[in-house]
Amino acid sequence: MNPSNYLLLSALLFTVGAVGVLVRRNAIVVFMCVELMLNAVNLTLVTFSRIRGTLDGQIIAFFVMVVAAAEVVVGLAIIVTIFRTRQSASVDDANLLKY
Amino acid sequence: MGVSASSTVLAAAFTQTSNGEAVAFWILGPIALAAALLMVISKSAVHSALWLVLTMFCLAAFYFIQDAPFLGVVQIIVYTGAIMVLFLFVLMLVGVDSSESLVETLRGQRVTAILLGIGFAGLLVFPLGAAVSHTTAQGLTDVNAEGNVQAIARLLFTNYVWAFEVTSALLIVAAVGAMVLAHRERAARPTQRELSIARIRGAHPSPLPGPGIVAHHDSVDTPALLPDGSIAELSLSRTPPADEGGTTPELPQNVGGR
Repeated sequence: MNPSNYLLLSALLFTVGAVGVLVRRNAIVVFMCVELMLNAVNLTLVTFSRIRGTLDGQIIAFFVMVVAAAEVVVGLAIIVTIFRTRQSASVDDANLLKY
Repeated sequence: MGVSASSTVLAAAFTQTSNGEAVAFWILGPIALAAALLMVISKSAVHSALWLVLTMFCLAAFYFIQDAPFLGVVQIIVYTGAIMVLFLFVLMLVGVDSSESLVETLRGQRVTAILLGIGFAGLLVFPLGAAVSHTTAQGLTDVNAEGNVQAIARLLFTNYVWAFEVTSALLIVAAVGAMVLAHRERAARPTQRELSIARIRGAHPSPLPGPGIVAHHDSVDTPALLPDGSIAELSLSRTPPADEGGTTPELPQNVGGR
């Protein structure tokens, strides 16, 4: 097996995540799909790190994880706040910037 | 797994991984992909979260296989341990039965999205697969010679130290931002004394009438009603003139609502 198979797998995972973002309505599931896309990119970075023979890809994947963690915290807080005001977690209901 | 077995040999570039790695890939890869698809498909958001956990575990295994044990551990601890638990917490906070609305705001969006996804996957996989199918991998055995964590730490605190410092600012801002967003200022509850003062100064110093009493007035100038609902003449006060004080007796609103 060629190590580039990991790249193809991560491309498929990324596609699944992107389609999920477009298809799903529940804001939390949409958020999980974004996480899946980030994970797919991380797999790409780790694989390229191995193909290149340097560790920079792993460092970048590490930073992606840090940013993803911060993003999840803020994003979930936003979802909770929207749910408090609108009693709904659907992305279609939050179509106004106020109220 | 397979690559580290040949770590005594000097790190030679390779185009084919070991058989063990291939077996692990062809078992875990379809599992990861199927779990990702099930995450998108499943109706319940909790099920979606659990399928995503399975995908992330498979990815952590891939990190271990690909000579990135540090990232594999971080993946398990941070992603499946912290982030997914946070997701489940928020799911419980928001309500598990927050059902998906099937109304399409944009007509045909789902079909278009799925078709675009298939096209995107084809565009990504086939040309890219043909382009990189004979990749020569350098391997990480000599880079990881002193240990993966040590090598990553060396890079992180030399070349990437500025990004690392900025990351700390990002984390603090994220934590403060989450607190500001999710915190709700709760109004202080009134004490018992404040409640009693408000009641004495309000419109009803005495307790309100108990339930079941339908009379709108309890003063003496309210006429009594006969069983058929008409006014009992005997109960009307004759002392003030009718045109002066407006003592024309008004009927209670719900006559007969006994």
